[in-house]
Amino acid sequence: MSEADQIASLCRNCGATGAHGRCQTCGSARIVTHKELFRLGIAHIDCDAFFAAIEKRDDPSLRDKPVIIGGGKRGVVSTACYVARLNGVKSAMPMFKALAACPDAVVIKPNIEKYSAVGREIRQRMFNLTPQVEPLSIDEAFLDLTGTQGVHHASPAETLAHFAREIERDIGLTVSVGLAPNKFLAKIASDLDKPRGFAVIGTEESASFLHDKPVTIIPGIGPAMAKKLAGEGYHLLADIQRADPASLMKRHGEYGFRLYEMAHGRDNRRVDPDSERKSVSAETTFNEDIADLRALEVHLWRLCEKVSARMKAAELSGLTVTLKLKTASFATRTRAARLSDPTQLAGKLFEAGKHLLAHETDGTRFRLIGSGLSDLGNAEAADPADLADPDLGRKAGAERAVDKVRAKFGRDMVQRGLGFSPRPQSPDTRRKPDDAPGQKDK
Amino acid sequence: MRVTLERSALVKGLTHVHRVVERRNTIPILSNVLLRAADGTLGLRATDLDLEVTETVPAEVAQPGATTVPAHTLYDIVRKLPEGAQVSLSSSDDGTSVQLEAGRAKFTLQALPEADFPDLTAGDMDNSFTIEAGAFKRLIAKTQFAISTEETRYYLNGIFLHCTDGDDGDKVLRAVATDGHRLARVDITAPDGADGMPGIIVPRKAVAEIDRLIETSDSPLSIELSDSKIRFTIGAVVLTSKLIDGTFPDYTRVIPSGHDKILQVDTRSFERAVDLVSTVSSERGRAVKLSVGDGHVVLTVNNPDSGTAMEEITASYDAEPIDIGFNARYLLDIAGQLESSEARFELSDPGSPTLVRDGDDASALYVLMPMRV
Repeated sequence: MSEADQIASLCRNCGATGAHGRCQTCGSARIVTHKELFRLGIAHIDCDAFFAAIEKRDDPSLRDKPVIIGGGKRGVVSTACYVARLNGVKSAMPMFKALAACPDAVVIKPNIEKYSAVGREIRQRMFNLTPQVEPLSIDEAFLDLTGTQGVHHASPAETLAHFAREIERDIGLTVSVGLAPNKFLAKIASDLDKPRGFAVIGTEESASFLHDKPVTIIPGIGPAMAKKLAGEGYHLLADIQRADPASLMKRHGEYGFRLYEMAHGRDNRRVDPDSERKSVSAETTFNEDIADLRALEVHLWRLCEKVSARMKAAELSGLTVTLKLKTASFATRTRAARLSDPTQLAGKLFEAGKHLLAHETDGTRFRLIGSGLSDLGNAEAADPADLADPDLGRKAGAERAVDKVRAKFGRDMVQRGLGFSPRPQSPDTRRKPDDAPGQKDK
Repeated sequence: MRVTLERSALVKGLTHVHRVVERRNTIPILSNVLLRAADGTLGLRATDLDLEVTETVPAEVAQPGATTVPAHTLYDIVRKLPEGAQVSLSSSDDGTSVQLEAGRAKFTLQALPEADFPDLTAGDMDNSFTIEAGAFKRLIAKTQFAISTEETRYYLNGIFLHCTDGDDGDKVLRAVATDGHRLARVDITAPDGADGMPGIIVPRKAVAEIDRLIETSDSPLSIELSDSKIRFTIGAVVLTSKLIDGTFPDYTRVIPSGHDKILQVDTRSFERAVDLVSTVSSERGRAVKLSVGDGHVVLTVNNPDSGTAMEEITASYDAEPIDIGFNARYLLDIAGQLESSEARFELSDPGSPTLVRDGDDASALYVLMPMRV
């Protein structure tokens, strides 16, 4: 057996290489073995139950208790710790359901500022490994460690295992690492061995590994697309692997080719530090097609709130507003407008989106609406005083007050109190602080 | 239709009307100019459905009638004909073309029927008044630069024109424009009959056209208003425009008062200094910092990509020193409107709107939002 064919292995506990079974150096059983282990360079790093783990770190008495981070009784679960997950609690589950499943859970209101600070510290440490870091959210990122061997005097796998140990030691949190030849597989890998995981998917086994996975494992395939693919006979990636790429492209255009490539474990997207995020958007597909402007505005408003919440959480602002519509016959219309100043407010996003929408509602029936912000910048530049909108400061204050109420009591409560009907003309003017119980927080 | 007229008269008329016609049109008839010959005149009319300009020029009418031909083509032909040429226009019998002849030159232009030409004629014009054209030109010339191009806030895409009490209590006709970053407010004495007019928003294109149409300042300009339209008549030219159907924001609330830090600079020196230091500004962030102290202003630009710039000018200032940033482009736009030799800035703090006055001329004021520097 030549050296190249030997199965490479790495002890995640002490960093020793060449171990089999238990580590000969430290005796740990946390050995990762893979033929391509020392040849792969693209990683996805994801913190385990990030919000909950921080709270447990800061209050050791919570360590063995089920902890849920989220709004009050009417809110939803933002993060559940692994103890709570054992009881069936999942992210985005309504809080009352979560508490029914896990009555003794400790519910903690999210402290986004604290989590952001921890997230920034971890990201800084990632940048110490390589400049090729592409953050995906507050607690996860892609890293391209190809070619860093000379700098770190270690293979990417060893560098990553060392990184995971450091984060545990210095920050008190665990991360899961996925190592693969590309972003698509790395992202899947990081999820395989969670929490405190280290999983590898190599080039050789990628196609057979993906074989029995559902199509929804591909990023960007949601329930609507999955349903469409199922209608065409594609349920598992094996179905797509067998498909004729030409017919996939005929049906799904360029994306069809991407599907085919990804089903085979191929993905040539670069880890791009500058592409941090180009836009923030949300969209929804209706149960039944809608032509009515007012009804569309109701959906648009909810999406604007969603986008705005993401912008605020990510400390971003955006200058270009995009409206996306898909007609009943699947024609996509995208309309964009540039604002005079960057914003992160739902009210401003809605005002612009509504204007774009009004030009499109000509009786056409739509099946989908989406709203987004691009030309992103930092939050500091967002919503400066505006000579053409003397009430902006008050409206922004009102919106932030509502945000606080939501963080406290869950979004549904405020949604209902300030709901849309009968006329969603100007939601922000209805969201005066005196309407909202959170005014004392202003 | 058969008509003969002087090239110069036709060029003048077409110059006035052809600009309204968009170069690219999805509706063919909108590319055309309507020609109507009757009673010793040729009427010309062009429209983009929001704006319509008509002009009447003297002509020898051999056979009255009307037709439409491509506006830009006709204008280009007539422009290139020699001075003093006599131009004759005649419709074909079936109305599908127009023959143009001048000297030995001959053209045939495709025509579309007059009946298809859209008519923007307004209903009743409830308000009307007459004003000196030059005064009105001043009103729009000084506010036009601040009109917003942001399409989602369509109600800012024009000049807000209304009658109100001026700072000294007299009735004034006031024009206001803002894009959210800067605001211009200019008053002229209200002409008789303007008092009862509603507040209206005149769209950008109509503003630009009427500005061009006012060639001599002492001629009278007649203005008529309906709920949704405005009509300007100057000499033989009539411009009718739709108004912007929206509510202009309450600008009075953003005009600062009581700012006690008064900076006075020589307008032209200031303008030159801003222009000079902004040479190193980047395209996106064009901030210039004014460090205002006793008797002087230091202007600095710091562009990490290209370098730094600094200039100092003398000033009259005796309040607490202040550092405040502005967009250089906006400062130049405003300085360009100032006629007086002295520009007066009324400052509060680096985050609050600043008031700019044209010396002691109370009829014009400008508000400018500062930038973080």
